[in-house]
Amino acid sequence: MDFLIFQVPMLTVQATLDGVLLGILFALIAYGMALQWGVMNIINIAQGDLVILGGYIAYFMYLYGIHPAWGVIVSPIIMYFVGVIIYKLVINKVVDRDLFISILATFGISILFMQLMNFAFGADVVLANSGYGTTMLFDNSVTLPNSKIFSAFISIVFAIGLVIYMKKSKLGRAIRATAQNARAAKILGVDTEKVYAATFGINAALCGVAGALISITFTIHPYMGLPYTIRSFMIVIVAGLGNLPGVAMSGMGLGMFEEFADYILGTEFRIGSVFLLLVLILVYRRFKLSKKREYLK
Amino acid sequence: MKIKNIIITFVSALAILFSTSVVSFAKVVGDKIILGSAISLTGKYSSNGVHTQNGYNMAVDRINSMGGVKVGGKTYKFEIIYYDDESNPKRAAQLAERLISQDGVEFMLGPYSSGLTKAIAPVTEKYGVPMVEANGASRSLFTKGYKYLFAVLAPANLYLDVAIRTAVELNGGKGVRIAQAFEQDAFSQDVRLGILDAAKETGSKIIIDDKLPKELNDMAATLAKVKATKPDVLVVSGHTKGALTAIRQIAEMKVDVPMLAMTHCDAAKLSKQHGANSQYALCASQWHKTLTYKDDFFTDGMTYDADFTKEFGYAPPYQAAESSAALLVFKDAFERAGSFDQKKVRDALAATNMQTFYGNIKFAEGGQNVDKPMVLFQVMCDDAGKCENKVVAPLKWASAELIHPIPKWSDR
Repeated sequence: MDFLIFQVPMLTVQATLDGVLLGILFALIAYGMALQWGVMNIINIAQGDLVILGGYIAYFMYLYGIHPAWGVIVSPIIMYFVGVIIYKLVINKVVDRDLFISILATFGISILFMQLMNFAFGADVVLANSGYGTTMLFDNSVTLPNSKIFSAFISIVFAIGLVIYMKKSKLGRAIRATAQNARAAKILGVDTEKVYAATFGINAALCGVAGALISITFTIHPYMGLPYTIRSFMIVIVAGLGNLPGVAMSGMGLGMFEEFADYILGTEFRIGSVFLLLVLILVYRRFKLSKKREYLK
Repeated sequence: MKIKNIIITFVSALAILFSTSVVSFAKVVGDKIILGSAISLTGKYSSNGVHTQNGYNMAVDRINSMGGVKVGGKTYKFEIIYYDDESNPKRAAQLAERLISQDGVEFMLGPYSSGLTKAIAPVTEKYGVPMVEANGASRSLFTKGYKYLFAVLAPANLYLDVAIRTAVELNGGKGVRIAQAFEQDAFSQDVRLGILDAAKETGSKIIIDDKLPKELNDMAATLAKVKATKPDVLVVSGHTKGALTAIRQIAEMKVDVPMLAMTHCDAAKLSKQHGANSQYALCASQWHKTLTYKDDFFTDGMTYDADFTKEFGYAPPYQAAESSAALLVFKDAFERAGSFDQKKVRDALAATNMQTFYGNIKFAEGGQNVDKPMVLFQVMCDDAGKCENKVVAPLKWASAELIHPIPKWSDR
């Protein structure tokens, strides 16, 4: 147990801000996952690997002298097409099957992506430098890297943009209709095949944005994808499907919870405590559900 | 009919005899000594796996072209059978089994990383196959009582020992306050144990002791604690990811600490990826080209550096240098044993006492090299932002003076 955080009150501010900024970035990845989970009923294990691939796009731009922040525009465009291609090759064959098949299929894609990225980009840990500097608050006792602030800002912009797109555009309405009832949507003339492809593409594009942001805030490596998959999975589980404010809140909440667990319980319990929280939430939900059980008479 | 059966039995018996005899002589075919090695050519260790392989190949070519190995009045040449272990310990153990029981290899070279060496060591031990390894530093390799395992490198617990002792010395012999963050894997935790020992001996106090989860990409919390407690030394070890993350976030969060010591700086290409932000970091290294050790094959570190760069197109990291040294150790042991008997070669290896361009080599009971201290280098950058690693400790090989304490971020 470490009670440093109570002795130095400024650490509370630092932990809260760090947690929120981190959480927003994770929420963006989780939103993509929630979207295609809701629409296609597919849990995408390769989510994290798409993020890392997006990160490599920004990294290569950085290597060729382009500022990696432009990656948040280039990477989603490329990743959209990567997503559509994955859909056409694999996902469309598992989309109506049960969840287990889709988990296996995307797990396979995940392994394939890891190996291909390792083969193509090498096994070195890399990063892109944005040179954004630091924001200091409260007489230098709280420091926030501008790259993290930039990441959170971009994540919010993309999330809001997507919400508006889903509400207003024709494709967005088609996606929502398919999510509600794919068969009815099909009867009413929605090309669900196209909707699925677009949904998977949009998800991959969101992963691309997140990846570009991760390359300038953290590090990337071909085998680092899985933690992002698990994290976004947890955020979605906590928030529920198709619930964007929920995803954002749950992302930030988990981020903050993790930071505080680090200060109070110790770094080694950081990830473990998040998993414990997940179990508690699932048990609580189950408990709530069992209370309002409905019977067929 | 009967005669036919007899002939068939006879022929197949001959065939079996022939095939087994081929296997049992596979260790030395004609004038070749065949060594086996499972190496990570793909998977997450593939960069360092390739460095290891290049180091081995470089030494094989050099020894072969300079007269080979003389055993019992005859000259032999080295040859290595490689298999790709895909950075997977299970696969590595299978391949070791295959090298020994199918390919008949009787002498092994180690794989890359402590984890894979740990997977292979029980196999080589079971068959009594001497293995010289150059890339497994974890302390637990040397406490299991292995008789056939020999490591040319210094064990993990010594990696940052020098840093703590230097800090104490600079503090006038008084203990220092240490903040440390280590990833939770075998290697980094061994480095941590070394620091705990050093702290105990020097009367230093450990004020932050964070164990970083493997999947963690963010050290902001640890660094915020460091900012709040102001320790004298910050120690970080978490492979290349740990080194890169630490430097990035220390610079971004403007963490001022008088001494920063870490591992895996050269593997992380720290100064290349971070430029001036990595300046003043102290890095533990098994080897540096400016060290003054000498041998007959590679002359010295500088020559090795130049020759390696010419052959492979990049400067040798210490992983390559120590791998080359493993072959020199084998050659020396074969010649002293004067035989290919595994027991005799093992005993000769155990009695090794030699100098190579990489360092002195002398094995302790557990198989670790006790005659080669770790070196510390410091990343130093000029005004144009060009950075170089300069050895600062131990003083005997120092090519530059340690800059201590590290200037504050506000003054940089």
